[in-house]
Amino acid sequence: MRISNILLMVIFPTTALAEWETNMPRGVTPTSEVAYDLHMLIFYITVVIGILVFSAMLYSIIYHRKSLGHEPAKFHESTKVEIIWTVIPFIILVGMAIPATKALIMMEDTRDSEITVKVTGYQWMWQYEYLEDDVSFFSKIDNESNVARRLGSNVDVKKVKNYLRNVDNAVVLPTNTKVRILLTANDVIHAWWVPELGGKKDAIPGFVNELWVDIKEPGTYRGQCAELCGKDHGFMPIVVHAVSKPEYYKWVGIQKTNKVAKNK
Amino acid sequence: MSGSNSYYVPHESSWPFLTTISIIVLFIGGANYMNGYASGTSVMLLGLAFLFIVTYGWFSTVIRESEAGIYNSQVDISFRWGMVWFIFSEVMFFSAFFGALYYARELSLPWLGGEGAKAATNIFLWPQFENVWPSNGPTNANGEFTLVKAGGIPALNTILLLTSGLTVTWAHHGLKEQNRKKLIYGLIMTVLLGFIFVGFQAYEYMHAYSDLNLKMTSGIYGSTFYMLTGFHGFHVTLGAVMLTVILFRCINGHFSGDNHFGFEAVAWYWHFVDVVWLGLFVFVYWL
Amino acid sequence: MSTNIDKLHDDHHHTPSGIMRWITTTNHKDIGSMYLWFSLIMFFVGGLMALVIRAELFQPGLQLVVPGFFNQMTTMHALVMIFGAVMPAFVGLANWQLPIMIGAPDMALPRLNNWSFWILPFAFTMMLSTLFFGSGGPAAGWTLYPPLSLQGGDSFPFTILSIHMLGLSSILGAINVIATILNMRAPGMTLMKMPIFVWTWLITAFLLIASMPVLAGAVTMLLTDKFFGTMFFTASGGGDPAMFQHIFWFFGHPEVYILILPAFGIVSTIIPAFSRKRLFGYDSMVYATASIALLSFIVWAHHMFTVGMPLAGEIFFMFTTMLIAIPTGVKVFNWVATMWKGSMTFETPMLFALAFIVLFTIGGFSGLMLAMVPADFQYHDTYFVVAHFHYVLVPGAVFAIMAAVYYWLPKWTGKMYNEGLGKLHFWLTTIFVNLTFFPMHFVGLAGMPRRIPDYAVQFADFNAIASVGAFGFGLSQLLFVYILFNTLKKDVTAEDKVWEGAEGLEWTLPSPPPYHSFEEAPKVD
Ligand code: HEA
Ligand code: HEA
Ligand code: CUA
Ligand SMILES: [Cu+2]
Repeated sequence: MRISNILLMVIFPTTALAEWETNMPRGVTPTSEVAYDLHMLIFYITVVIGILVFSAMLYSIIYHRKSLGHEPAKFHESTKVEIIWTVIPFIILVGMAIPATKALIMMEDTRDSEITVKVTGYQWMWQYEYLEDDVSFFSKIDNESNVARRLGSNVDVKKVKNYLRNVDNAVVLPTNTKVRILLTANDVIHAWWVPELGGKKDAIPGFVNELWVDIKEPGTYRGQCAELCGKDHGFMPIVVHAVSKPEYYKWVGIQKTNKVAKNK
Repeated sequence: MSGSNSYYVPHESSWPFLTTISIIVLFIGGANYMNGYASGTSVMLLGLAFLFIVTYGWFSTVIRESEAGIYNSQVDISFRWGMVWFIFSEVMFFSAFFGALYYARELSLPWLGGEGAKAATNIFLWPQFENVWPSNGPTNANGEFTLVKAGGIPALNTILLLTSGLTVTWAHHGLKEQNRKKLIYGLIMTVLLGFIFVGFQAYEYMHAYSDLNLKMTSGIYGSTFYMLTGFHGFHVTLGAVMLTVILFRCINGHFSGDNHFGFEAVAWYWHFVDVVWLGLFVFVYWL
Repeated sequence: MSTNIDKLHDDHHHTPSGIMRWITTTNHKDIGSMYLWFSLIMFFVGGLMALVIRAELFQPGLQLVVPGFFNQMTTMHALVMIFGAVMPAFVGLANWQLPIMIGAPDMALPRLNNWSFWILPFAFTMMLSTLFFGSGGPAAGWTLYPPLSLQGGDSFPFTILSIHMLGLSSILGAINVIATILNMRAPGMTLMKMPIFVWTWLITAFLLIASMPVLAGAVTMLLTDKFFGTMFFTASGGGDPAMFQHIFWFFGHPEVYILILPAFGIVSTIIPAFSRKRLFGYDSMVYATASIALLSFIVWAHHMFTVGMPLAGEIFFMFTTMLIAIPTGVKVFNWVATMWKGSMTFETPMLFALAFIVLFTIGGFSGLMLAMVPADFQYHDTYFVVAHFHYVLVPGAVFAIMAAVYYWLPKWTGKMYNEGLGKLHFWLTTIFVNLTFFPMHFVGLAGMPRRIPDYAVQFADFNAIASVGAFGFGLSQLLFVYILFNTLKKDVTAEDKVWEGAEGLEWTLPSPPPYHSFEEAPKVD
């Protein structure tokens, strides 16, 4: 178990009852890793500051109370301490800003990508276009979840596999490849987000935003739309299959043949 | 007992409540009108009429109290602060629209045209679009249009408004010097200039709609143009009406050389409208 | 007594009675009470909507409402809580307290005061009535982002126009507060001698006047985009949906400080009173508040790091946002220093104020985490954000309001509330508030987006806990209402100076204070 989880459990003991997911995933891309590291760094800093401040408060509450006969002191200002507790937080903030800025610059650099996928949000599904390979398809929530999620469906959703996190056509991406993702939308704003691949970005109608991923481990990664886009905003999941490069090109080949077959 | 410590606390009043009622009627009518229900218009007009009556009533009460000499200098200062901050809130209202103009010209249009952080936008969505101001966007919304030339009516209007700023100051001097003629003629000129401005503006709108094909639907240019100038024109109209009221009050011998907050408030308002116009002239018509 | 007040009361022997008294009143205490009652009602209305949300989210799967209605609940819950519950509560407190804290007979512009109150019930009736329309109420979130908000049905213009009315009310209220503070102080009360609550309200009023009109501008553009063919927020005409977000948050961020600065003022009043020690660093508290207010105008885009801003913009807004931690930290440290070596007692107002400091700071810390752009790419639009802002809003703003009510209620009514019940209310509220909102950090980090009516099963356990907490929290507030009515039933017994350590002009007046607070301006030295 991660230290962070243990820390969180101290604050919130019920966490210990089960192996519940309580923290940001470390993820499988350079971007998700820097986000995670930064998250943990700031988390620890704030925990330390919090412990210091709250201990001082608690000490006061315990020892400086009237019921113990403590007489109030008279002091009520000091320019010196005001300066100290302005400057120290400033230094801490600078310490946080440096890694954050570095990480940000890295994340925003979409140059030198090998593959470009254009993603378009619709109410309520995604369209994926592989620009180099002329492959294109729509991807929406899988039928089983879609039936189970209806009001009064009487389905026990806990029994549905990957409830709300499964799609009919998953996106396939190669591992160890810098993939540039172009985001736009057809109707309203959506946001494309798979936590394990790093951050999210908005898909805005009429504009194109960019994001990049470089997946280090093969696997299936799930996410969902992260910007309120109407009544079925909660029901537009994203599934990414990350496979090795040869497998990826095999998949692309099959897509192309299917397309040709369909067009005939 | 009185003295510097006394402060006027007005007695109970139904005007505020009635004003609220008239606004809600106006808004319900307006919302229904926008939603396309036939009843909307009449309800809206009813609310508007009611609003006029109530405003008239409320102001009459205040004017009556003022003329009865109930307000002391401290109340006067409260009124002044009230007016100053009200004008500041109007400045911020306008800045939202100026902000939209700035954003469109400096950010969204360049992106659509393929510059800056979202350059991919142009390549993938609007490959034909080139950004030159004025623009109605990549789809050429509502078709080609011609601009209102800054040198024509807008320049004339600038002169009119600046002159009216002078005449109102002139009238103010008249008031302070107890020179009624200067006061009243100054005000008459200001009011006339104000209404002529509005008239020109209306003419310009008609011209833009019928001859220049410059409409509210002409993309971002039309949107910002009509929003900014229209909102300003509305304020000029309001200001001119208020000046008219002040004119009649002056004719009736209200205000004294050292106590004339009502006059000054409207004059401030008029100067504010004036300054906003300068911003409009520079950023909407000229640059 | 002022001649004018005398004269007018002679002129009008019949003060209207019954409902007409409340409709026509120009008295700051009457208006303050109306604001506070209105706020309490709206807190329950907004809370009821939160309970609908929490009930639906108790388990995965849809059990109670359809997604469209869920979104209406989320949207209305926020609008009601912010504009109907917290802001009016602060204005109510300002109405009651400002005149009696600065030694004035009333607010500077009493008729305007009446107007700014009476706009509220009408605006909210109009806004809430849209929930009963065939096409439902607004459902695009309280942030009203286009193009989604433009898809709204008949409710759309009603929502927008009611927001205009709310803005009008806030602006008028704020103008009144500024005029009162700048013009009505007792002789000798210089700016730097004003009670700190007065200072925080002065700055809040400035924020209101500077930011509410911008909201009005933003929603006006929504209205013309929908009905009059303008294209501010449509790319095909050269506009940009993200432009709305910039304008909205230029209002929205100052708005969240509008919701917290008066709370800071309250806590800065209560902590010294029950520590029996002067507020530590009064001057720096004032400067810190002003810095927070000024900074709040240049941080807005931290709500929209994911819209794809230029890198320089992201860095700028990250740095400015982080800076706000400094003046806020100064406030927290000064509160702790005020308690330090004091002589503390722990009556209900103090308990709420202490919980405020701890829980607000936790909310502030998560805010700081959100300010880190790379991490915010993960946090944004998840329950981590929901956890953040409920920590600063509920055990922040709402706790401060409750503290203020307990603190000043005996002054307002002359009656002492039941201390035992007050403490019980505090403990229940504090336990349940954490049970409700703490688990939201976890589900948020684990990947649960906000504004969804249904979620993947791995989030089920924490959501169940949060829902239990919310119902517990709601029930505890019934106790609050009981305490209020129970107090009002009692006989007048409270002393003039209710609290041993309290300072300020209000405690020199009788409890309850006379109708026109200070008929003779007191001298302050
Ligand atoms: C009362 C309301 C309130 C307050 C006071 C704050 C305070 C802060 N908020 Fe929060 N915020 C909201 C209400 C509020 N917020 C709301 C409603 C939203 C969501 C809106 C929506 O999307 O619907 C939001 C969202 C929000 C976001 C956007 C998240 C997203 O959508 O992705 C961000 C990002 O930067 C943020 C940051 C901050 C910061 C840095 C502070 C700072 O002011 C906090 C400063 C305080 C501290 C840091 C603690 C005390 C300090 C110390 C003890 C000193 C030492 C500390 C250090 C040096 C670390 N807030
Ligand atoms: C000041 C502001 C404020 C306050 C006080 C609250 C208070 C509460 N909020 Fe709110 N909330 C917001 C501001 C606020 N919220 C905002 C801005 C949003 C974002 C909206 C958006 O995304 O657009 C939001 C969104 C929001 C969500 C996320 C919705 C979503 O993303 O889909 C949730 C979910 O749990 C929630 C819960 C609660 C709860 C449980 C309370 C509780 O504290 C409420 C407690 C009160 C009561 C419960 C009522 C009192 C009691 C009764 C009515 C008696 C009956 C009781 C019983 C029978 C039990 N809020
Ligand atoms: Cu698509 Cu939310
Ligand atoms: Cu903010």
